[in-house]
Amino acid sequence: MNKTNYRVVFPTLLVILFFETSYAQTTSDTNSILSRLILVAIIVLLFGFILLIAEKLLQIQAMRSGEKDISAYSIFPQIRKWFHKKPNAYVQDAPIHYLKEGYDLPLNGEPEQQILETTVSRYAVNATDFRGLPPIPKVVVTPGQEVLAGDVLFFDKNNPQVVIVAPVSGEVIEVNRGEKRAISTVVLLADKSIRYKSFLPFDLGTATREQIVNYMCEGGVWPMIIERPFGIIANTHQVPKNIFISCFDSAPLAPDLNFVVRGKATEFQKGLDVLNKLTGGKVHLGLDATGSQPPSEVFTSAFGVEKHWFAGKHPAGNVGIQIHHIDSIKKGQRVWTLGVQEVISIGALFLHQRHEADRTLCIGGSSFLTTGYIQTYIGASLADLTTNRVKENSRLISGDVFSGLQETSQGYSHYFNDQISAIPEGNHETFFGWALPRIMPSVSGAFPNKLLGDIKFDADTNTNGEPRAFVMTGQYEAMLPMDIYPQLLMKAIITKDIDRMEGLGIQELAEEDIALCEFACTSKQPLQSILRQGLNMIQTES
Amino acid sequence: MAFIDKIKQLEPDKKKSPFLHTVYDGLFTFLYQPATVNKGGVHVRDGIDLKRTMAMVVLAMQLCYLFGTYNIGQQHFLALGIHEGYFEAIHLKLLFGLTKMLPIWIVTHVVGLGVEFYFAYKKGHAIEEGFLVTGALIPLIMPPDIPLWILAIAVAFAVLFAKEAFGGTGMNIWNVALVARVFVFFAYPGEISGDNSWVAGLDYSNGQIVTDYGGSGWVMGLFDKLWASLGWTTFGPEGVVVDGFSGATPLALAASGGWEAVSQKYSPAELWWGGIPGSIGETSKPLIIIGALMLIIMRLASWRIMVSMVLGCALTAMLFNTWGFNAYMTVPWIYHFYMGSFFFAMAFMATDPVTASATNLGKWIYGFGIGVVGMIVRVMNPAYPEGWMLAILFMNSFAPLIDYFIVESNMKKRLSRV
Repeated sequence: MNKTNYRVVFPTLLVILFFETSYAQTTSDTNSILSRLILVAIIVLLFGFILLIAEKLLQIQAMRSGEKDISAYSIFPQIRKWFHKKPNAYVQDAPIHYLKEGYDLPLNGEPEQQILETTVSRYAVNATDFRGLPPIPKVVVTPGQEVLAGDVLFFDKNNPQVVIVAPVSGEVIEVNRGEKRAISTVVLLADKSIRYKSFLPFDLGTATREQIVNYMCEGGVWPMIIERPFGIIANTHQVPKNIFISCFDSAPLAPDLNFVVRGKATEFQKGLDVLNKLTGGKVHLGLDATGSQPPSEVFTSAFGVEKHWFAGKHPAGNVGIQIHHIDSIKKGQRVWTLGVQEVISIGALFLHQRHEADRTLCIGGSSFLTTGYIQTYIGASLADLTTNRVKENSRLISGDVFSGLQETSQGYSHYFNDQISAIPEGNHETFFGWALPRIMPSVSGAFPNKLLGDIKFDADTNTNGEPRAFVMTGQYEAMLPMDIYPQLLMKAIITKDIDRMEGLGIQELAEEDIALCEFACTSKQPLQSILRQGLNMIQTES
Repeated sequence: MAFIDKIKQLEPDKKKSPFLHTVYDGLFTFLYQPATVNKGGVHVRDGIDLKRTMAMVVLAMQLCYLFGTYNIGQQHFLALGIHEGYFEAIHLKLLFGLTKMLPIWIVTHVVGLGVEFYFAYKKGHAIEEGFLVTGALIPLIMPPDIPLWILAIAVAFAVLFAKEAFGGTGMNIWNVALVARVFVFFAYPGEISGDNSWVAGLDYSNGQIVTDYGGSGWVMGLFDKLWASLGWTTFGPEGVVVDGFSGATPLALAASGGWEAVSQKYSPAELWWGGIPGSIGETSKPLIIIGALMLIIMRLASWRIMVSMVLGCALTAMLFNTWGFNAYMTVPWIYHFYMGSFFFAMAFMATDPVTASATNLGKWIYGFGIGVVGMIVRVMNPAYPEGWMLAILFMNSFAPLIDYFIVESNMKKRLSRV
């Protein structure tokens, strides 16, 4: 019996008992009424059971005939569907995954849909952006050397096929090394117009999987694929179970991917064709069913892929959440995830035989004087992107405010990020900050936010309280639309219980998925770093 | 701001005087939210923190405090047969209630916070605000006349053995406020059970029951001068209780004579609105429900535990009605909610997130279990007229077990999906 049936049976029992006690101490005349009532109730329940069995048989038959969507074959009305808003017309009766949990953080400084003309002269590639790369990758360029876009910068010593290439052409200015001479960044001074390294033409139709992998590695697009669990560079030898691409980003101040992919339909489709050849299963696209406008034609007219619609608040746009609802990662399985702009880069390699590292970044946040989109390349310098645009005492973040990385204005945009956020630093005390009513973003109802309607916040970076032990329960579950108990998982990681971690589903999570739980945490615990410790523990073990 | 810089200059050195530093840190974070910024994870955090959560829970209880203070006086004067109307002599009743309530509140907080400060200093962490709620709950569940030394021992025992021994805030298995009450219940049962404990300010030692203001008689005398000058009624000389007075709570009456015995003395409306003897905070059901709704709306207390507790209690009471074994069992199931401390236990005790189950399904089972066990203890056990304290402590012991089975089934389901 599922939840709905429990909610029917239990109140029925209650009603029976209620009537029974009302007549419990009366004369035997009314006992006959009571026994008749009980008889009626038993008959109704029996009828309900017969209907249940019939429904299960119907669904078994549907499964045998190969139908995918079993829940559509049901005798009982789908009461849940009555309470959902009518789905948008563009979904066209496709099944929608409704995600209840989550929270959309309304921040000031939404990026306006305008292209901001900006010249960026410096670019950098940061080796720490790639997990799974040994700490000292082999660097092949020296300061002063001229490179073309697509020339190798450094490679993985354990697997020399996997190379990281230059996103732009120009001169190598710095090769920064961190601790123990590990490479941290290679900085390039870009040419005014990009010169590309040419690769040989490649026939996708007749190629074997190995040839495709080799071509992608040579073309420098292999590191654009992220393998889950652990979020590492994809393994060149093993076939993933599925490939997932999320076509909308629900994070605060995130770019509108429909705007970003305008005019790139052929490259996107080519990228999907390439990925189709690499996976053991399917390529899945996650589409937004809640937007007022339908998703871009680039996504909806893609073929050879399975499209899934999601309706919910953030983190509905996170690919990890979508994987869980489409085909969750079981123990021992690998899946690949890519961003939309990475797929376009792969497609551009196969179409134009060159490494195109174009990225459309969006800048947003209350500390930006103007917001919008900037067309640039991977690893753009934040100094160039944010000159004369940022207010004083603000924090620059490469990524979104939940899981992005803090950068100074001397930093560079990270490899996989497609947004730069800037929010005020909250490094000041607040008098009676915990007691006075304030206007702050909050998941709990303890602030007078609801009274102010659709308000947007100028959230700052203050911790808003001190770290404490885990006290409140149910908070994380309300922020994570997955069948996982996040708080118990965190406790399992802290106590280093690997079996329990795996049983509780740590492989299905990445930092960005747990980031909203960290936002909502009353006890100010560092959940993302705890999760990374747990993932590292499992990775070293396997 | 110049003021905050002056305060920062007072900061004692952490190494040389750690205890003073702990005290300074506690007071500083009480006055100011610190300037720490997020590093290494999310960049924006929710505005809610544990201090605000605890403050909201304490705020939700304030109506109970107000009414409870007034009710101490109301019951006292009812016993004497004077000022019987609800709105007569409110100033006398409130003051009398305060002379009982304030010492209890002060002793609870001084002893409890003292133990907390000591442990914070010893362990080297900040003073944690989990005690704010415990310290607000304990006065509300004590009888108004409890001797302060017994209260101090009970609070020290509860904070030490039920909280700090397990690791402090967030680590305790049993509800700390209930452990304090259960200590008084088992170590000094005469103070907390029976018919003589629930109406304040009466001296039962001689044949006739007379008023006994204890050590706070001087307060009455002081305020009498104030009120005489304003022209209001005064306390007057000590009085004698009326004939036929019994300090029995409704539950004690129900245990002996069923619903008939209760309804002879109190009407259901009186039981509901709370002008009856009992623990300080538990009598007025509507005010507790307002506090509970406040907490549910602010998402600070779990509605699942509250609803399932109501269901468990109702179902068990209905079953007892059908059984009808003794007089107590025949009390109609709806009136079980009117008597005793059910609503208080439901709103503030059972919903303590640390001691309840962590999973949502677990909360349903946990609350239901409290409802069932509480009713069984109340009705079937002749030694305890009220069962919620024991039921909640009992289910606190089982909450981890409930979670264990739910998580095991989740883990098995996941691992079997390969």
